[in-house]
Amino acid sequence: MAEPIIQIETLSKSYYRDSLEIPVLRNLSLSLPEGEFVALMGPSGSGKTTLLNMIAGIDRPTKGAVRVAGTDLAQLGESELAKWRARHVGFVFQFYNLIPVLTAYENVELPLLLTNLSAVERKKHVETALGIVGLADRMHHYPRQLSGGQEQRVAIARAIITDPTVIVADEPTGDLDKQSAEEIMSLLSRLNSEFKKTIVMVTHDPRAAERARIQKHLDKGELS
Amino acid sequence: MKILKLAIKNAFRHKLRTGLTVLGLAVAVMAFGLLRTVINAWYAGAEAAPPDRLVARNAVNIIFPLPLAYRDQIAKVPGVEKVTYAHWFGAYYVDPKNFFANFAIDHNTYFEIYPEFVLDSAALATFHSEKTAAICGQILADRFGWKVGDRIRLIGTIYPGNWDLHLVGIYRGQKKVTDESAFLLRWDMLDENLRATVPGRAGKVGWYIMKISNPADGVSISRSVDALFKNSLAETLTETEEAFQLSFIAMSSAIITGLQLVSYLIIGIILLVLANTMAMTARERISEYAVLKTLGFRPLHLVSLIAGESLFIAAVGGVLGMLLIYPMAGGFGEAMKYFFPVFEVKPITVVLAGAFAVVVGVLASVFPILRATRVSIVDGLRVVG
Repeated sequence: MAEPIIQIETLSKSYYRDSLEIPVLRNLSLSLPEGEFVALMGPSGSGKTTLLNMIAGIDRPTKGAVRVAGTDLAQLGESELAKWRARHVGFVFQFYNLIPVLTAYENVELPLLLTNLSAVERKKHVETALGIVGLADRMHHYPRQLSGGQEQRVAIARAIITDPTVIVADEPTGDLDKQSAEEIMSLLSRLNSEFKKTIVMVTHDPRAAERARIQKHLDKGELS
Repeated sequence: MKILKLAIKNAFRHKLRTGLTVLGLAVAVMAFGLLRTVINAWYAGAEAAPPDRLVARNAVNIIFPLPLAYRDQIAKVPGVEKVTYAHWFGAYYVDPKNFFANFAIDHNTYFEIYPEFVLDSAALATFHSEKTAAICGQILADRFGWKVGDRIRLIGTIYPGNWDLHLVGIYRGQKKVTDESAFLLRWDMLDENLRATVPGRAGKVGWYIMKISNPADGVSISRSVDALFKNSLAETLTETEEAFQLSFIAMSSAIITGLQLVSYLIIGIILLVLANTMAMTARERISEYAVLKTLGFRPLHLVSLIAGESLFIAAVGGVLGMLLIYPMAGGFGEAMKYFFPVFEVKPITVVLAGAFAVVVGVLASVFPILRATRVSIVDGLRVVG
């Protein structure tokens, strides 16, 4: 078995409403090897997205540790964490979250603006990423000119453009019709099998979860 | 594609809202520029006064005259090159609403001290030879359609009666800031009339104007002149012509202060308008800022993005407003040329208007920047779902 790329130790996360503590994750430990495709499942409010946010470094634990690619995320300041995310994490959101005034090309190029790549190099990367998701012919279209499935493919191209260590996907098929959802899951499976990308995906959809090699179930903040 | 390009694209998301904000900014910047120009026009006479001219008036008040006998004594003060005098005549033409500045002057010396009043030698010669001769500026001549040779009847208020005068010349200003709206008649004609009708008011002049050899000696010469008439019935107050002019302007200080206040209020109002636009923008795009932060963009990037958009809107509105200042000031100046004979948009006014537009752009982005940078990614993304 490969070395764990994601290591979570006794992780707890609580939110506070005034003085009322609302525990979301309870003493959770998890180890995921590099190159895996993991589906996190569970009912609403079970803490799936919160766990995904911890792995992605966009939220911080109340207790415990999250190590991704050997980095203890709790030790990083906000600025360092932002740089770390830019380098190591690719995000796929349920509602695509593309910038509406930017073309598909420009949306995919966004993460590369944080690198030292030249315009020529960025162009090469963007064209490659859009080629992988099958949208090379739509690169100058705006999000409003694309279907939901196409928008999500642009979002995936944006997620892989920096060749991240981990791709996190939060309900990537949640807003898509059945056929588009199938296409997106095929694309994610291909990224995992062909490009050896580690993928952590939150989903309610059992058919989507079946495409993952590991399925983890959360209930009331605990892995079952 | 750079952050600035995204900022500019963002500015055009709501074209109507951005358009109205830009228009509001342009009108405000233009109004600011116009008001500043009106204020500057008030001070134009004072600013045009050269530093080598001093004015001695009655120390009690300008409305009290000084004896003509002071002239020779003032002329002997070291440093004084030339002396002339003038007297407020205070008449109107046909109707009391036709107000304009009219002075009785010493025809022999006045134009030597005021070379900025350009008059042809023939007109000056006639002015010297004819007691009822008068001279006026080009703007005043245009206002009433006067031509050289016209017989003009002024109706006196301080010196009641009809004053029939012969317009022998129309002067032009040597510089743009020279007042071309004055009317000049001969003091000796007035004095002769007073000696015959009200002898007690004869032999008096309103103020003396001195040309001095060295402006740096202005203070000491002023002291010397005032010392000559210390403890007399008509003590003098001698000051630079600029200070003399400013003392007149001080009478309108409440209006000028009001205009200044309004000009700054306009800037404040437009700051609120742009701040409101930017606040709406930040509220609408909070999820996008969260996405950008998720991708690794840091607070400084968001500052560039939001401030860039705000500054872009402010710059477009500001430039438009600055361009509008000139035609508006031109139209306003033309309509008010008899009240403001010198109405010029100063470069500093345009620079100030532009600077205020930039300041407004920066300040309007402060709240959206704070909001965008402080909200956590998780809270920002939650807005989407």
